[in-house]
Amino acid sequence: MRKSLQDRLVFWGFLIPTLFAFVMVIIIPFVLGIYYSFTNWKGAAGAAINFIGLANYRAVLHDTRFFYSFSLTAAYALVAMAVINLVAFGLALLVTQELKLRNLYRTGFFLPNMVGGLVLGYIWQFIYNAALPELGKALGASFLSRSMLAAPRSAFFAMIMVSSWQYAGYIMMIYVAALQGVPQDLLEAAAIDGAGWWQRLRHITLPMIAPAFTVSSFFTLVNSFKMFDTNVSLTNGAPITEFMGESVFSTELLALNIYKTAYSFNDTAQGQAKAIIFFVVLVTISLIQVFLNKRREVEM
Amino acid sequence: MKAKRGILIILECLTALLFLLFFAPFYIVLVNAFKSRVEVLTNVLGLPHDWGQVVTNFKAILGNGNLRFLSATVNSVIITVCSLAIIAVFSAMAAWVLVRTKNRASQSIFALYVAAMVIPFQVVMLPLVSWMRIIYETVGIPMLRTHHGLIFAYLGFGCSLSIFLYHGFIKGIPVELEQAAVVDGCSKPGVFFRIVFPLLKPITVTVLVLNGIWIWNDYLLPLLMLGTGNAIQTIPLAISGFVGSFVKQWELIMLALLLAIVPVVILYLFAQKYIIKGMIEGAIK
Repeated sequence: MRKSLQDRLVFWGFLIPTLFAFVMVIIIPFVLGIYYSFTNWKGAAGAAINFIGLANYRAVLHDTRFFYSFSLTAAYALVAMAVINLVAFGLALLVTQELKLRNLYRTGFFLPNMVGGLVLGYIWQFIYNAALPELGKALGASFLSRSMLAAPRSAFFAMIMVSSWQYAGYIMMIYVAALQGVPQDLLEAAAIDGAGWWQRLRHITLPMIAPAFTVSSFFTLVNSFKMFDTNVSLTNGAPITEFMGESVFSTELLALNIYKTAYSFNDTAQGQAKAIIFFVVLVTISLIQVFLNKRREVEM
Repeated sequence: MKAKRGILIILECLTALLFLLFFAPFYIVLVNAFKSRVEVLTNVLGLPHDWGQVVTNFKAILGNGNLRFLSATVNSVIITVCSLAIIAVFSAMAAWVLVRTKNRASQSIFALYVAAMVIPFQVVMLPLVSWMRIIYETVGIPMLRTHHGLIFAYLGFGCSLSIFLYHGFIKGIPVELEQAAVVDGCSKPGVFFRIVFPLLKPITVTVLVLNGIWIWNDYLLPLLMLGTGNAIQTIPLAISGFVGSFVKQWELIMLALLLAIVPVVILYLFAQKYIIKGMIEGAIK
């Protein structure tokens, strides 16, 4: 009996430090957050909190800025996912060839991933506002003379470019690992049978690395959905544009919209309701991923 | 897929070109950190006329009362190192008892950690701040605007993935090793700290790398927990405060960005293998 008491003490004693912190900073705020989204919570100390039902959610659904930000984020996440994975896969194909400096290339392509989102947003702000216009002047290319961050549409693609620069090398490594798992003899046999480069890629390599595509696509989709730091430092939502007769911040993604709702507009409860909607969307994406993985496991 | 010689040369040139393109932003930061305020405006792309200018810029950064770079660096180091130490030790401890104890409690707690990984930070950030304020008002322990509050939060946010990684690794360690030590009269905590924890070194490196890069670069959690205008600032907070001030001094911003990047880049060049392996494991979780 003494033995089992000691075991139990060790079990809980070893678990408590992380479990306590985990419950305090994730579980309790998460539960509180769901509750707060149905109240008139102001986030300030001492203010009374009253239950107001679905009023916040109703207000959010009629909020043009939120609707714009939500659509923008969905578009941004999908385009970023496609571009990052295309670039990453292209790079992976290149650096798995017998190139002389391929290790240097891999190191270089991965490097941007070491830089924090806030820092790289400022770097690119400078590039778009100062470096590219100067390059445009030197080359006589007038389309570069105006900062890409100045107009809504070009600012959108400016953000896509920054994300691609940041993540392509990382995702490339996932594809490199997958490509190295494709059996060489299979490819050689196909080549002997007369299959060209494209046929081998299309019918052997791509099907064999399909799991890597699923992992990378969902990873980039979810990460782009959550993007905040780079959004703040690159554009902070600017420039302003017209949408359904209202002025909205043209590059304000969801996470930034939630943050600003709470801290710039002091509408904490509404910000929280937006965050819950955001959560439901992300969970849905994750569930789709789990479902697809399960289905593939069954097939195999 | 082997390509022919001629094609290989073309591919080599293409990849080298892409490599230079990927490196260009770093070049821009590097050269502009060495320029004077006027030169940053007139000569963005070229090499600096006088590399010695960086000394003036460096002094300006250290002396800048808005930026307080030195203090921010010290704080970033303290917060990163302390968070990493407790995340690694406590997560390994938790993962070990979760693997070695087979009952419903251990299974459901592990499931809870894993399930919580889908909760995005944005969902808990607003209530977190007011909850931390409630703790201060009821227990009297200040959690906001303090080092320990932020470090505690990093333990909470960092432990799920770390426990998950340790859990997978510990499952592969034969339990007989530990049983032999128990027979020899070693206590359970003794078994963990003397035998198991040293065996976890490879995965500990992964855990340190993943969490280290995240914490060093993190912006939103310090922004919420430490606040703006606080004496305690991390490097990202200090830089965002400095950029946000009314006149943008780009040559100083570039040098500050460069100084923020250099530690991670050096770490990356030395520990590249572990970093890439760790980050891929973290993504595929």
